[in-house]
Amino acid sequence: MTLMAEPSATGRFGEFGGRFVPETLVPACQELEAAFRDAWADPVFRQEYRDILRDYAGRPSILTECHNLGRRLGIRLVMKREDLNHTGSHKINNVLGQALLAKRMGKTRLVAETGAGQHGVASATAAALMGLECKVYMGAVDVARQELNVFRMRLMGSEVEAVQSGSRTLKDAVNEAMRDWVATVGNTHYCLGSVMGPHPYPWMVREFHRVIGDEAREQMSTSFGGDPDVVVACVGGGSNAMGIFSGFVDTGARLVGVEPAGGAAVGRGVPGVVHGMRSYLMQDEYGQVQEAHSISAGLDYPGVGPEHSYLASIGRAEYPAVTDAEVIDAFQLLSRTEGIIPALEPAHALAWIVREAPTMQGATVLMNLSGRGDKDVAQMMEILR
Amino acid sequence: MSAAPGRMEQSFRDRRAAGRKLLVPYITGGLPGWQDALRAAVAAGADAIEIGIPFSDPVMDGPVIQEASQRALDAGATPVSILHEARELDVEVPLAVMLYYNTVHHAGHHRFAEQLASAGIVAAIVPDLPLEEAGPWCEAADASSIETVMLAAPTAPDERLPRVCARARGFVYSVGLLGVTGERSALASTATTLAGRLKAITDVPVLVGVGVSNAAQAREAVQVADGVVQGASVVRRLLEAGADAVGEYVAEVRAAIDADI
Ligand SMILES: Cc1ncc(COP(=O)(O)O)c(C=O)c1O
Repeated sequence: MTLMAEPSATGRFGEFGGRFVPETLVPACQELEAAFRDAWADPVFRQEYRDILRDYAGRPSILTECHNLGRRLGIRLVMKREDLNHTGSHKINNVLGQALLAKRMGKTRLVAETGAGQHGVASATAAALMGLECKVYMGAVDVARQELNVFRMRLMGSEVEAVQSGSRTLKDAVNEAMRDWVATVGNTHYCLGSVMGPHPYPWMVREFHRVIGDEAREQMSTSFGGDPDVVVACVGGGSNAMGIFSGFVDTGARLVGVEPAGGAAVGRGVPGVVHGMRSYLMQDEYGQVQEAHSISAGLDYPGVGPEHSYLASIGRAEYPAVTDAEVIDAFQLLSRTEGIIPALEPAHALAWIVREAPTMQGATVLMNLSGRGDKDVAQMMEILR
Repeated sequence: MSAAPGRMEQSFRDRRAAGRKLLVPYITGGLPGWQDALRAAVAAGADAIEIGIPFSDPVMDGPVIQEASQRALDAGATPVSILHEARELDVEVPLAVMLYYNTVHHAGHHRFAEQLASAGIVAAIVPDLPLEEAGPWCEAADASSIETVMLAAPTAPDERLPRVCARARGFVYSVGLLGVTGERSALASTATTLAGRLKAITDVPVLVGVGVSNAAQAREAVQVADGVVQGASVVRRLLEAGADAVGEYVAEVRAAIDADI
């Protein structure tokens, strides 16, 4: 089987994926799958999507070689600059695709979950641009630690609801967004923010982020003499990682998805079913989903997208974890050596690179810099005080 | 159409044939006082009980049942402890469980079906396991004589409903509205519409659940359906006032659906 192609008819990547949703949502998922399939095969839609990525989001994003830090680490370190996209992260790629699709399906309202707020901000942005109503669910813990993003969403006309249930983070925001969708499915599209959830989301969201990998493959070949030895990205649900992996899965490059130690679904989980998908999941001995604990709101999630579980199960990608302390160091290191303040999420990818550099001397390492650190500056000010 | 009816379905069919409307209260297992509440509901005229097995991420549940689940989990409830307590209940009516699929998936299909059977449970409702994904569980459940209740939703196109009914054992759970569990001020029009669509194509008992919030709404629903499941309105009484209040409420609903039309 070709890797990172279409999943099976039941939305499976190997044994992972599927569509475990309440009966009410089955027709909506089927309708979405048909609409996406149709749109993705339609040259007019593809052109519209390419145009909006270029003229609104600012694509293609550039590659930056980090000479100072690379020299220090003994590697050639190249960053894919998704932080330079409009709204400050890779999330906009997926959201613009889904918002165009929602309009094509005649939906007038978006619901979205958000952790760090980047997907929420991107959703609010697309909703403002395209005249859609938008409601974003965000865990109460994250509302507190990502205050600026909450304000940005509201500024653009979206409603933000602080979710008080469960761990009050990303997992519970997904639950609440699904509850909303169950009640509003007639006029509402659920704009899911990562390569997770029921079929077709993991596939569709990966396709909307494929542009990251496709661009990077070409840019590496034009400006850096060919494919990298290692491709590294952080993994929450896993969308930025899927995006960049998709460009290199058929090369010899080592693919590394970095999880937070407190939310290591692949590293510490076993297969389970939640949020519509079968995938690795942190759970207790009775199958209760465990709470993740990470400094980064965007990675504070006990599950992972099903295609990552599949890539892990066949050994094509590896999923190590880094600690909050390593992340705090990496965040400062990139700021100081390169004048780039990363979001805490991609700082995980860098933390792994720093730790493993001694074993990769001379290698070319491509990292997906999935977002910028503006949203995290207030939180880091507290931590570093 | 399907295999011989299981214990719950046979009981429902017999009662229906005798002109009785079916009343199935939902009670969150492991919530302090749940066994007393369950016995009170049976004494007040429940035809079966749906025991909720609390899950960390109950996506089909609104605030009341979410809170009950969380309280039960905080009190240390597990699927094993609840099934253990269910075994001691010794009530006459059939007992079903309502749970989320990961509870089954994690334990293993066959193992879990056997655990239910040995606890005296006869049926299971798994609201996040739609028809297309239900095969492996249904097979294991069938083998252990556990009746798997299928849910039918207002969004289902006509061609889907016969397939849902064909796989349903025990009863067909006709979802009363677009939304999650919780009390509403009026019965949604979708409740009787969907129940009518189901009644037209199946002789498996059809019960309306989700959003049937009081005695009057239950009475309205059974004008079309064979019975009702009542969740949030029961659980709220258990949370706020205890087992006796549950018994009184079930008696009130019983009287309303029994009254001559
Ligand atoms: C900058 C950034 N990177 C990564 C993530 C994690 O998401 P994913 O794993 O889907 O890329 C987030 C989520 O909020 C984010 O804001």
